[in-house]
Amino acid sequence: MRVLIASLLLIFPLLSSAAIDTYEFEDEATRERFRQLTFELRCPKCQNQNLQDSNSPIASDLRNEVYRMLREGNGNDEIIDFMVARYGDFVLYRPPVNQMTYLLWYGPFGLLIIGLIVMWLISGKRKRKDRDEENLEQRLSDEESQRLKDILDDGNNK
Amino acid sequence: MRRFILFIPLVIFIGIGIFLWRGLQLDPTELPSALLNKPLPQFQLSSLYDEGIELTEADLKGEAALVNVWATWCPSCKQEHAQLNRIKAEGYKVIGINYKDDRQKAKIWLEKYLDPYASNIFDVEGSLGLDLGVYGAPETYVIDAAGIIRYKHVGVVDEKVWQKLKGIIDNLKVAKQTES
Repeated sequence: MRVLIASLLLIFPLLSSAAIDTYEFEDEATRERFRQLTFELRCPKCQNQNLQDSNSPIASDLRNEVYRMLREGNGNDEIIDFMVARYGDFVLYRPPVNQMTYLLWYGPFGLLIIGLIVMWLISGKRKRKDRDEENLEQRLSDEESQRLKDILDDGNNK
Repeated sequence: MRRFILFIPLVIFIGIGIFLWRGLQLDPTELPSALLNKPLPQFQLSSLYDEGIELTEADLKGEAALVNVWATWCPSCKQEHAQLNRIKAEGYKVIGINYKDDRQKAKIWLEKYLDPYASNIFDVEGSLGLDLGVYGAPETYVIDAAGIIRYKHVGVVDEKVWQKLKGIIDNLKVAKQTES
């Protein structure tokens, strides 16, 4: 009995690991490329998961496909083009810069520039106002300046 | 002028509101097909009915048709099957791609629920499915007489969807007639 339990315990880990796809790579660099590609490619079925995270059958198919293409010596660009040709730009978590995505890529910079312009206009207005106040004294005639000074002195003396 | 400036935030708010509201109406599971207006991918696969018969993309040309990706493991495929039978009864051509399925099970299914397919491609590995960008059965494509993909529908084909697909097929047929 004890032997049976012990042997079952030994077999169990083997069974559970069989459910997870295991890929073997020739070198560490290829493994890293596989990790990066499956991280950046999006699962077409499950919307907000990449190929690495998703359990859906299509994600596992695409992982196999990435693995196969890596083994055949394809470059990252070729693999990404292969996926885009079939599933469209949707599979990319990093969308390409094109007519459709100009707003996405450059919109924030546009808003930043608008913000800077508004800031510049407001500060310009304030500066003008300050300058107007400074100029006020110079626009008074000598007589008026004298009176202003008297009034201010008066106030101070009290 | 000053009063007008006060309304700018309101205008911006309404603009963003409309933009986001429209975004809410979009169905994010509907992806545009990357193969739209491109020819069917090349393939060489056996017929579901007879292992000995090889089918290629050339066999699908000749008439505007529906190409339906289906499998016995897919519950929604069962749901749309009756509609496909009706489409066949209306005189339209439906081609099947039996996607990652079991040949025997598929044959039994077609005996049981009737067979709307003019021909059936047995894609057990899902290789044609991969080339077509299939990400979940059922998917239905409209192809024209030259085998060019004109439309893709993901999900169940019901009467409403069929009316839309029918319009597309009819237009393709008219275009073909005026051409020749």
